[in-house]
Parts: sequence; structure tokens; C-alpha cells
Amino acid sequence: MSVSAISDDRSTLKSRLRRAERVQRLRAIGLVLPLFLFILIVFVTPIIILMTRAVDNPEIADSLPLTSAALANWDRTDIPGEDVFAAFAVDLVAAQKNKATGLIGKRLNYEMPGTRSKVLQAGRAAEKLTAAPYKEAFLKIDPLWGEIETWKVLERASHRNTSFYLLKAVDLQCSADDEIVNVAPDQALFRDVFIRTLGISTLVTVATLLLGFPLAYMLATLPPKHSNILMILVLLPFWTSLLVRTTAWVVLLQTEGPINDLLLFLGLTDERLQLIFSRFGTVVAMTHIQLPFTLLPIYSVMRTISPNYVRAARSLGAGPFHAFWTIYFPQTMPGIAAGCLLTFILSLGYYITPALVGGPTDQMISYFVALYTNKELNWGQASALGTILLMATLVLYAVYNRLVGIDKMKLG
Amino acid sequence: MGTTNDPFVTFSDVQKTYDGETLVVKNLNLRIEQGEFLTLLGPSGSGKTTTLMMLAGFEVPTHGRIEMGGVEINNVAPHKRNIGMVFQNYALFPHMTVEENLAFPLQVRKVAKDEIAKKVQRALDMVQMPQMSKRRPAQLSGGQQQRVALARALVFDPKLVLMDEPLGALDKQLREHMQIEIKHIHERLGVTVVYVTHDQSEALTMSDRVAVFNDGIIQQLAKPSDLYERPENSFVAQFIGENNRLSGKVASVNGKSCGVEIPNFGLVSAIPVSVQSVGSPTTLSLRPERVRINPESGAYANQFDAEVQELIYLGDHTRCRVSVLGNSNFIIKVANAEGVPSLTPGQMVRVGWKPEDCRALDAY
Repeated sequence: MSVSAISDDRSTLKSRLRRAERVQRLRAIGLVLPLFLFILIVFVTPIIILMTRAVDNPEIADSLPLTSAALANWDRTDIPGEDVFAAFAVDLVAAQKNKATGLIGKRLNYEMPGTRSKVLQAGRAAEKLTAAPYKEAFLKIDPLWGEIETWKVLERASHRNTSFYLLKAVDLQCSADDEIVNVAPDQALFRDVFIRTLGISTLVTVATLLLGFPLAYMLATLPPKHSNILMILVLLPFWTSLLVRTTAWVVLLQTEGPINDLLLFLGLTDERLQLIFSRFGTVVAMTHIQLPFTLLPIYSVMRTISPNYVRAARSLGAGPFHAFWTIYFPQTMPGIAAGCLLTFILSLGYYITPALVGGPTDQMISYFVALYTNKELNWGQASALGTILLMATLVLYAVYNRLVGIDKMKLG
Repeated sequence: MGTTNDPFVTFSDVQKTYDGETLVVKNLNLRIEQGEFLTLLGPSGSGKTTTLMMLAGFEVPTHGRIEMGGVEINNVAPHKRNIGMVFQNYALFPHMTVEENLAFPLQVRKVAKDEIAKKVQRALDMVQMPQMSKRRPAQLSGGQQQRVALARALVFDPKLVLMDEPLGALDKQLREHMQIEIKHIHERLGVTVVYVTHDQSEALTMSDRVAVFNDGIIQQLAKPSDLYERPENSFVAQFIGENNRLSGKVASVNGKSCGVEIPNFGLVSAIPVSVQSVGSPTTLSLRPERVRINPESGAYANQFDAEVQELIYLGDHTRCRVSVLGNSNFIIKVANAEGVPSLTPGQMVRVGWKPEDCRALDAY
């Protein structure tokens, strides 16, 4: 073939390569597509919905459309004028008809506790109002409507998006002067809960590492005949339902339970200890459940470390501990990193175990997400808590990546 | 070579068992001279690596004594033995740079910082890798890792260096190059080296002496040339180099020569090495290059009819497989020089060899 013929071919070479690989590429896409769609539908979409719910604020805008429009022109210096009250009256009548006053009351109640009944009262009264001046009429119904504070809250709540839930999730709020301030100390809750969640997770991670590392080392260095049996013992709890294991801890830890019996029998304590419904019980149960998650990545990394490294260090003059600490231990870091990250992130989302084994002051953030979702039916707040937890996790992940390097992590 | 009369390392009646049932090393007696390059050669499972590990301190002998410099070291911890070691896959610490790897044994010994830098650089120069100090092991080729491992085992000036199949992972050309290089470093430093390999050509190339291991026993301990030219038993004859075997019975023994009857085929005269009495079975060992095709009649005491079976051309020589005395796998190396008769398979020829090239060994 001549030189010119080759260069002529070159232009079509790429397209021919593409053609040749098209079938393979389509097959690869076809194989991955079901999983991709699955993740998109059941994982990515809910997270996006969750994050939008955290700022979504449709109640007032939908139920009081005219009031919302009228408030948009309000100067926020004095209580609104007659036009706003007129719109409010019309909106309330319509809301009364649609049975939406309850919703308005609930929404306002989030920001101003105790206002729900007053909204319902105003709704009923509004039906009887027929002519201007509405402003005076409302002021007569309840002094609440004569306070600028009320209208400021209503105005803020009339926007379709709100930072209210997200601020509340970190114990902040918008003050009357439209500044972001801490909530009243007696209402502050979530910062403590987040700190508690991080604290318990850290404690559990450290405990699993301290207990799991020596065990992983033993499993990795024993001959396979013995290590396989031990591995089954490690994995056995893994094959039992989380709920069953947690309930088992309830049985063990209760005041009349076997652990207290044993402690009394051994004379280590004079009276029965409060083991269940305590921080101690929560951490113990979570540590037990999380142990395999920390242990397995460490074990699988240790398995790949040749005993020759420590031997080499010994032959070069290092004592047993020095060889372990300077040569063996650093090589297990990718496993430690992976195991600890896994346990830490899983611990952040624990719900069942603290709910069953922990006391009221041991509940983690998931408990409150569930509370707002199932009991309070305040999905905005639940979503905001979820979003903050997700963000905190991502930040931790980024910090961790910076310190350890995710690419160095080995899950096995 | 040995400068003092006292051996540097002595194994006395050393035994080792892992399971309490079979001995991996049976009654080992071995004296290693100061400055010697000794190779432990043998097939896998022959006990050579176990012997090395006992010397390094990673295995404890179940019986016997190991002495170094006149002191028993059976229960001395590995890090107190001051023995350099090169491992099979180098065992360079992956989380440290080349420099840190080399500095490790010096730091452990609390050598001053500037002294460490000097010694590390000298060791790197010795293995011709002066530019690589900041790299990590994973960034080096197999040959480079090998050099670093060698430098690390030597950097703290040990009196004894152990090498456990250090060249096993390299390709043939690099391996041969490194063999010569290790030999030169050994000559230059005068350090005692105990080297384990299963590659007999490596053992012959590098060693002052070779201990051939099989079945937990040293079969023969000798200079490379003796090992090849004068094997003392059938295993060594077979394991070192290429070997033709003929099985027969001792017909007569007369001082330095003996007659061996190959049943149904004839009488071969040989030198008796490990034959017992007349009538006992024996194996004759004969190197392929010591056999002549169509010699002048009467030139050799042993001359027999043979049939050419197969010819393999190998450039400088031709391997000629013939059947003679009932052995159809009898190999003759014919140098491709002038005046060599052309052969064809199926051709009948005469083959002959000297009795002193033919050793009567134990029945294999």
C-alpha cells in the first residue's frame, strides 16, 4: 500500500473504529441501563425531592393568593392597609370553603406557636364580614391581626420558597427585624441532636476500630483453616436482622436482664445499673452491629500484606513492635480508612437501635426525621433535617478525602 | 574466601519439623566460611528455604544448634542477628521512598542523620541507582526494585547476607545480568552470602560452593565444577545439568574401575562412586557432551551400537537422541564444527565414551 493510500484511510479509520465498537458499546450501555434507571428513580430523584421539600413553601401562597399578592407591595414598616385586610377576608372565605384554614393555621403555628386556633377563629368570623372596613373588623376579632409581627411572618411565609425549615434545623430563625438569629434557648434542639449524632457515630467508629483491628489482624494471620471458622463467627450476626439483634440487646441490657444479674452475682455492683435506655447501651449495641463493617475492609487489606514486610523490617534490625508500627500498620491505613468511613456514615443514619435501646437524650437525627414525617406531618422540617444531615455527611466526606484520599481506600 | 580456620556459621545436627510428624530438615550439618558465597540449591520443598529462615531467625530449629561467630543464635531474635536479607519479592516497604527504605535499618540503629544520608547514597551508587532516591517502590521496574532490595540488605554493613530466590521474578536476560552484578558486589565487599535458589545455572554461575538439598538432606556440598563433573549420587547428577542414565548391576569392582552389566545389552566399564558390592544395582551417569559418535574403533573402552532417533538443531550444537543399551532417551551433544558426520534419524551409528566419564552411582 502506498503512503498516500494510508493517509487517505486515516480519515475513515476513526469512523471505522467507532462502527466496529458500536455493538460492544451498546451492549455495555444495555447492561448498565437497568441499574442506572433504578438508582435514578429510587435514589437520586427522592434526594432531589427531599432537598426541594426542605425549601418548598406552598401553603400560604396557595391558600391566601390575594393576600400574598397584596403583601408583596407592603412596606413592612407599619401594619398593612385596608387593601391587604380586604384580600385577607376574601381569601379566608375561600379557604373556609376549601377547608384550607387548618392548613394555614398549621403553617403559621410553626413560626408563631399558638396562632392556629386564632386563624381558625378568623376563618369562621370572615364568613360573616360583608363590607369594609375589614381592617377594623379583624382587629376586633383578635388583637393578633393588629400586630406587625403577625404580618411580617405572614409575608415571609407567603413566598413559595422559604429558608425557615433549614434555619430551624440548625436552631436559627428570622427575627422580626429580618435578621437571622438563634432561636430561644428553650426551643433550641437540633444543634444538640446533630452534635449528639456526630458524637455517638464517632464513639461507635472508634470502638469498632479498637475491637476490630486486633481481630482482623488475627483473622488475617491465622492459617485459613482456623480463620474461616472465626470469620463465620464474625459474620454470623451479620446474617441476622438488625431488629432481632437490637431486641437481643434490649433483653441483655434491661435492668432485670442477664448482664445486671451477672454483675450482681460477681459482686461488681451493689444495685442494678441502668444499662438500657442509656448512652452506654446505645453505643454498645451499635458497636456490635457495626463491627463487621469496620472489620471486613481492614481484614481484606491485611490479607494482601505479605508477612515478608515485617520479616524484612525485623531482619533490618527493628524490634517486633517497631516493625509492626512503622511497617505493618501504615499499610493497613486504606482498610482502616474505608472501614471507619463506612461505619461512621452508617452510624449517622441509625434509627432503630437508638430508638429501642437509647433513652430520650440518646435519640439521633433520624429519630427526629421520622418524628416529623410520621407524627407531626411536617415534611418540610423532616426534609430540612435530612438535607442538613446529607450536607454534613458530604462535608465530612470531603474533609476525609482531603486527609486520607478516597482513591487510597480499599473496601476489599 | 575463608581467612580464618573457624567457620563463620555452623549448623550442628539441626532438625526442623512444622507438624511434629515429618522433618523438613533432617540432621543438617553445615559450615559456612567467612566471606564465602554459598548457595542452597534444591527443588521446592527440599528444606533449603527453611534452612535460610532458621538462619535469619524466623524459624526456630526443633533440634540442634546454629552458631554464628562462635555464639549460639538459636534463640536470638531476628532483629538482633545483624543479618541482611533480600526477599523473594523484595519486600520493599511500599509506603516509603527508596531513600527511606534504605535509611530504615540505619534509623533503627540510631545512626546520625548526616551519616545515614552518606551511607544511603553510597549504597545507591553501589547498585547504580543514584537518581532514584525519591521514588516509591511501585514506580520502579522489577530490576530496579531488586537493586534497591540488595542495597537495603547491605547498607548497614552486615557480616552475613541472606538471599531467598531474589532473581526469581526477573526475566532471563536481566536475571543473568544481575547474577554477575551480585557476584561482583560480593567480591568487592567480602561479605558472606547465603543464597537460596532452585535454578541450577544460577547456582553454578555465582557460588563458591553449592549445597544441593533434597528431601531435607544435603545431597552434596561442593564447588560448582565438582558438582557437575563429579556428582556423588544420582539425584545430584540428575538435578545439575543434563544427564544420561543407564541402570544395571555391578559385575565387578576393581579399585578405581568397575564393570556394570546392563541386562540383555552388555557390559559398561565405569568408575565406582557409590556402589556397594558385586551384584548390587547401580545407575550410570554420563554427561551428553562426553559421548562421541562413530569414534575410531578401540579409541574408547565403551563402544556400542546405537540408532539415531531424533535430531534437534540448536545453533552451536545439535542434540542427538539415540537409543543405546535399551535407553531410547540417550542424549548426545554434537558440536556443530567442521568434520562432524551428518546424521539422519533411523541411521545406525557407533557411540563411545571413556570409563572415567561414566560414574556408577546409587540405584535411583
